[in-house]
Amino acid sequence: MRWPQLTPYILIAPLVLVLLLFVAGPLCAVVAVSFFRYDNFAIIPAFSLDNYLHLATTHLTYSLYLSMIYFSFLTWVFTFLIGFTIAYFLVFHVRNPLIGIGLFLVCTVPFWTSNVIRMISWLPLLGQQGIINRGLMSIGVIDHPFKFLLFSDFSVVVSYVHLFTIFMIVPIFNSMSRIDRALFEASVDAGSSRWQTVFLVVLPLCKSGIVLGSIFVITLVMGDFYVVKVMSGGARASIVSAMADDISTLLFPQAAANAVILMIIVVMMVTLILRIVDVRKELVAQR
Amino acid sequence: MQTRSDSRPWTFYALATFFALYVLFLYGPMICIFVLSFQGPQGALSFPMRGLSLHWFEDLISQTDTGDIHGAISRSIPLAIIVMAITVVVSVASGLAFRERFRGSGVIFYAALVSLVAPGYVLGIGIGLMFQLLGLQTDWYTSALGAQLTWTLPFGLLIMFAIFGRFNRAYEEAGRDLGADAGQVLRLVVIPIVLPGMIAVALFGFTLSYDEFARTLQTTGSTNTLPIEIWSMTTNVTSPVIYALGTVTTAFSFAVIIVSLSAIALIQRRRFGHARAGAGH
Repeated sequence: MRWPQLTPYILIAPLVLVLLLFVAGPLCAVVAVSFFRYDNFAIIPAFSLDNYLHLATTHLTYSLYLSMIYFSFLTWVFTFLIGFTIAYFLVFHVRNPLIGIGLFLVCTVPFWTSNVIRMISWLPLLGQQGIINRGLMSIGVIDHPFKFLLFSDFSVVVSYVHLFTIFMIVPIFNSMSRIDRALFEASVDAGSSRWQTVFLVVLPLCKSGIVLGSIFVITLVMGDFYVVKVMSGGARASIVSAMADDISTLLFPQAAANAVILMIIVVMMVTLILRIVDVRKELVAQR
Repeated sequence: MQTRSDSRPWTFYALATFFALYVLFLYGPMICIFVLSFQGPQGALSFPMRGLSLHWFEDLISQTDTGDIHGAISRSIPLAIIVMAITVVVSVASGLAFRERFRGSGVIFYAALVSLVAPGYVLGIGIGLMFQLLGLQTDWYTSALGAQLTWTLPFGLLIMFAIFGRFNRAYEEAGRDLGADAGQVLRLVVIPIVLPGMIAVALFGFTLSYDEFARTLQTTGSTNTLPIEIWSMTTNVTSPVIYALGTVTTAFSFAVIIVSLSAIALIQRRRFGHARAGAGH
């Protein structure tokens, strides 16, 4: 006997309720408020395009979006290279499965701890008085501390890679573990080198993992609030931290308009990535 | 073949070195702040260590340099427990639902994806604005709870997809053939099999809520949760007390992680132990 036809709808109802109340509703509120006017710190319901016009005519908007796309790209490149290499090592080189699981957990544990703490833990390392500069000076490699290590684009990207590489490792590890080992022998028998096997066999078969990881990393950087702000020493802002500055001066409609544009850009980026592979078909095992 | 099958290729050693460096990169900075949090009263924000004491932990407990840490913890932990419970129940229910093809499943899947990829702060101000427009007060147990669920539920769902992807439905049919009703099949067959996955979902639900920042900032009302307290300390506090707080909160997270992973390991061992004992007969 099959479960009644109604069962899936009852089971999915709580999720739908949360998504309606705390995702769809709020996003509608953001869209609505983005057309409102504000005057003397009060929000006035209206239908005005002023907020969008203001953003479109401000040079800062473009430089913020460009700098976040630049950070997303750099972070994506490094997290992909590191994530792929680590997953490859864990899946294909560690022979004892228990050790494999142990090493995998070593990579994932920091994900379950505070990101803010993990970010500020770079400060005592990268500063002018930090360990890296002191170490390099004591062994005589440099005379003056490197200034680019902290409060620079360098420290921003280091923090992003530190925080987000896990989002690449897990999905790539997951799709790599499902690769049939016999394909390696087939590839070697067909005369391909080690590198050719990696590029022509392993890489295409991890496509869904890479896509999922890329979506995570790119959207996390685009929506970043605090890393750019803290790790650039206040010299740079992110799109979201600019939004937060607007909110702190009660410019809600302005921030809402910016949020709408950011949402559209993020959804466009994800849609573009999803065109490469149908993540839903890969994830959901439906009858 | 020239090499014996059990000898390692040079790439193994190269990749093992790379892995070790990555682990150093991952844990090195955290270890630095743990060490720095045990400095003496003269301690500063960077090395070298100035003395060795529990001074900054005492400072943290007496809240001399900090905001309302005790209050923040007394809200963050109950909130994390509520989020965890809701995340487990809703994720399992949704995972079960997604095994069938039903009308609207595609839309709901992509809505959950939007909830995951939407910038947290955007959802946070959205929830804040919605509450404002409806004339409701934001508070940690209403708006912040909902905001955190938009982050933990998609993760729970992804884990349940992985769990149910490997789930053999023959067990359920066997249960029904033996005369179990739907509730009994769920309670006696499905839940025992997916229990390790449910613990993993609980771990995600608890820790993601306990450390959530961007979605909570605009939705927690007048009272702070712990990550927001930590955030305000990063801009105001310039003493190692912030490292002491980092050490305490990370130690707490580690305790939660160890308990969850041990529970999963115990269940798996018992299960495989039974399987092995069964095979012996």
